[in-house]
Amino acid sequence: MVSPESRHGIGVSPGTASGPVVQVAPPVRPPADEPAPADAEAAVAEIRAALESVAVSLEERAASADAHAQQILKATALIARDKGLMKIATKQVGEGLGPAHAISAAVESYAAQFEQLGGYFAERVTDLRDVGARAIAAVLGMPAPGVPSFTTPSVIVAHDLAPADTAVLDPALVVGIVTEGGGRTSHTAILAAQMGIPAVVQVPRASDIATGTLVALDGDSGAVTLDPDDDFLAAQAQKRERRAKAFSHATGPGETRDGHPVALLANIGGVDDAERAGELDLEGVGLFRTEFVFLSASTAPTVEEQTEIYRRVFAPFEGRRVVVRTLDAGADKPLAFADLGEEENPALGRRGLRMSAERPDLLDAQIEALAIAARETTADVRVMAPMVATAEEAAWFARRVHENGLPKAGVMIEVPAAALRAEHVLGEVEFGSLGTNDLAQYTMAADRMQGELADLLDPWQPAVLDMIAVAGDGAQRSGRPLGVCGESAGDPLLALVLVGLGISSLSMAPSKVPAVRVALSMHDLTDCQRLAHIARSAREAGEALEAVREAANAEFTQIL
Amino acid sequence: MSQKTVTIASSVGLHARPASLFVEAASATGLDVEIGRPGEDPVDATSILGVMALGAKHGEEVVLTAEGDGADEALDSLVALLSRDLDAE
Repeated sequence: MVSPESRHGIGVSPGTASGPVVQVAPPVRPPADEPAPADAEAAVAEIRAALESVAVSLEERAASADAHAQQILKATALIARDKGLMKIATKQVGEGLGPAHAISAAVESYAAQFEQLGGYFAERVTDLRDVGARAIAAVLGMPAPGVPSFTTPSVIVAHDLAPADTAVLDPALVVGIVTEGGGRTSHTAILAAQMGIPAVVQVPRASDIATGTLVALDGDSGAVTLDPDDDFLAAQAQKRERRAKAFSHATGPGETRDGHPVALLANIGGVDDAERAGELDLEGVGLFRTEFVFLSASTAPTVEEQTEIYRRVFAPFEGRRVVVRTLDAGADKPLAFADLGEEENPALGRRGLRMSAERPDLLDAQIEALAIAARETTADVRVMAPMVATAEEAAWFARRVHENGLPKAGVMIEVPAAALRAEHVLGEVEFGSLGTNDLAQYTMAADRMQGELADLLDPWQPAVLDMIAVAGDGAQRSGRPLGVCGESAGDPLLALVLVGLGISSLSMAPSKVPAVRVALSMHDLTDCQRLAHIARSAREAGEALEAVREAANAEFTQIL
Repeated sequence: MSQKTVTIASSVGLHARPASLFVEAASATGLDVEIGRPGEDPVDATSILGVMALGAKHGEEVVLTAEGDGADEALDSLVALLSRDLDAE
């Protein structure tokens, strides 16, 4: 018997799944050698037919979608039938452009206007370009890009998924997601974890897997198995059942078996995330990334505009905690209205709080808006700064937060300098939160964007664990609570180690909370401390993981 | 020609969902309806892209114009629509 072919990627959303593959076609570009149309009228008719077919297919998908997706799809169909779009495309044909280029030019002229408007308007650019890409594929007679419609539960396979693709994914039909590109913190990874769909990224040659092939994936180990046999599927199903049973018994606030509390919180990046997470069994939000408020805008959002957004984020968390991270922009995430120019090393440049120091007006407006929204809610609003390196910076930030009447200021501990000096840095504020992704990048001097360096960025690297331990000790001496809001917090075994290192809250993608809650409930605080010691005694990352897996409660590790 | 002025009530301005509802309603009148800022060139109220590109924000005033039979009644219903916070519904 030939054992099934298996490929390994990085598991980014937990759980196992199996189903037939649905391949997502990449977007089509207008061909460079598209000839000028011989018959302008015929070319215009072609464009009209292509746009109409796009509108019809969107409406067909809307008919079977849920209410939220239906709204998006109907609005997108309206774009495809837009008179203005057709008018510009017709004019472009008159000027000698072929149908594909004419559609592209018409789409881009509106896209430029929307980007200029910023905010909510700029977000629609993705939908507009999606309509353009589909119409271009139609005039060229190529398969429509994006996720094709399908009716049986399937595994979506793509190079990477665009936000527009993921918006219309039906969690009832998409049992798993596999991508060739992406990473632990890519859009696909974050979204899949939020929707609770098992996902594996960075799978070699994933685009070659034919549509219809049966695959099984494991969102924890990162294994993707092609044509799995019945025994394999049965074993996977058994594991899934054991997990579901264990998870259903654990609810409520996080705590170790002996009752040591560890708050379980969600990482969110917008209003939709907040509304989804608000319905779940968690103690609040440990990281609210506010970049979306700023990144797509061409002018600085006003205090009023920001207040409205923050209100909507706080509303689902009445009586619970919401930790807001202030604007984290830099040369790699430039803002149209606060561009400090190109930098040789954006990760080491004027980013996070360093940029706020150059543009305090932006920070002040944000804190003011947060303070107004916080006064109108019973949510426990706390505000923290990214990219803090020194105690002076922490004090500078805390003063601004307190002056606005917000009692709880905090800092991200993601720069080694701040981890090493945590006692003094945290002494200036009310709390700290470890950003383990950046802390690993800076501790290991390995660029997060460099896929080839993934091994160095492994959160189990003993040097990173040492750095966390030092920060944990400093936090204990300062008497301030220290949480973790990086990807590490969502890895149940690593979460145990973190608790053993003195971490008091864990913030992660909401779908990762149940496994972490179960892990905590099956270990005492002293077990966690022992596991932390074992991890730090290892020579390298893989060894640390294996040693902790060996030493953890076997009843727990068998459901992993 | 009928003309009416209204303040955008939608908390997020005339973007995706409010814009879609408005364009659908404007199209349903069967009339030539235009929307614009006071004193500026108006756009076709039945074009979703045109309406969104207008970028009308919460609290901004816009002028609606329409021609033909029933233009007044049509504008009244469109004014009523824009006076509601469509995004909150």
